[in-house]
Amino acid sequence: MPNDLAANPGAADTSVKRRRNALLWWGFILSLVALGSYVPVFAKYPVTRDVPWANYLLFALALVLLIIGLRRAFTQPNLYRGKIAGPILGFLSLAALAFFCVSIFYFSKHLPVSTQSPKIGQKAPEFALADTNGATVSLVSLLSTPTATSQPAKGVLLVFYRGYW
Amino acid sequence: MGIKPVAISVDPPSDSRDLCRKAGYSYTFLSDPNAEVIRRYDLLHKGAGIDGHDIARPAEFLLDSSGTIRWMNLTDDIRVRARPEQMLQAAKAL
Repeated sequence: MPNDLAANPGAADTSVKRRRNALLWWGFILSLVALGSYVPVFAKYPVTRDVPWANYLLFALALVLLIIGLRRAFTQPNLYRGKIAGPILGFLSLAALAFFCVSIFYFSKHLPVSTQSPKIGQKAPEFALADTNGATVSLVSLLSTPTATSQPAKGVLLVFYRGYW
Repeated sequence: MGIKPVAISVDPPSDSRDLCRKAGYSYTFLSDPNAEVIRRYDLLHKGAGIDGHDIARPAEFLLDSSGTIRWMNLTDDIRVRARPEQMLQAAKAL
């Protein structure tokens, strides 16, 4: 055996087990968390919703881990795996980031123009719709009946929302 | 404050009831399933709901006791809603 080692010094390296490149996987997982956490977590608070800096931070961290992992895979292939998985995971993470940015900048601003909506100074159009108990509620009745605390209504705030919460 | 908040969407009353129960809301939720009123206020967002349903784009209108609009907000980004402070300022002036 000593002869083998003397004749082939590189053979000693193959006895070191190549480690799984954990950073590549953590980076990829973190980029998915960065993408998926916006709606259920950060969108609930105006401070992280209007400019999603928390998600950008998570993406940045994910990319740092991926870069370190890729460097290890390519500069120390004898120690780390990941020459194939690395670029694939890196690409998928960048795709997640791209999708996130497009959603933030395009989809959420892609709204109809609503030029014919009633304006300040105009009377709000009348309506009569069902409340949660199925009873019909009209705008006229909302304006004329007292509030829940029995004060006369000073005004009504109509909040139209997307629904499907 | 004397102002009645009223939420309107295409959600059926049963969905809104569940929402109110889960979130503890006590104010009025109205159902506009065919988006008739949404159209009347020109707030229709065609096909933007899940399954391609027509829904409302987000908007708020503050009416005084005579039904005249004193403040309104058409958000240009569905993620950025009117902050409560903006509404309260307008409400104080009623």
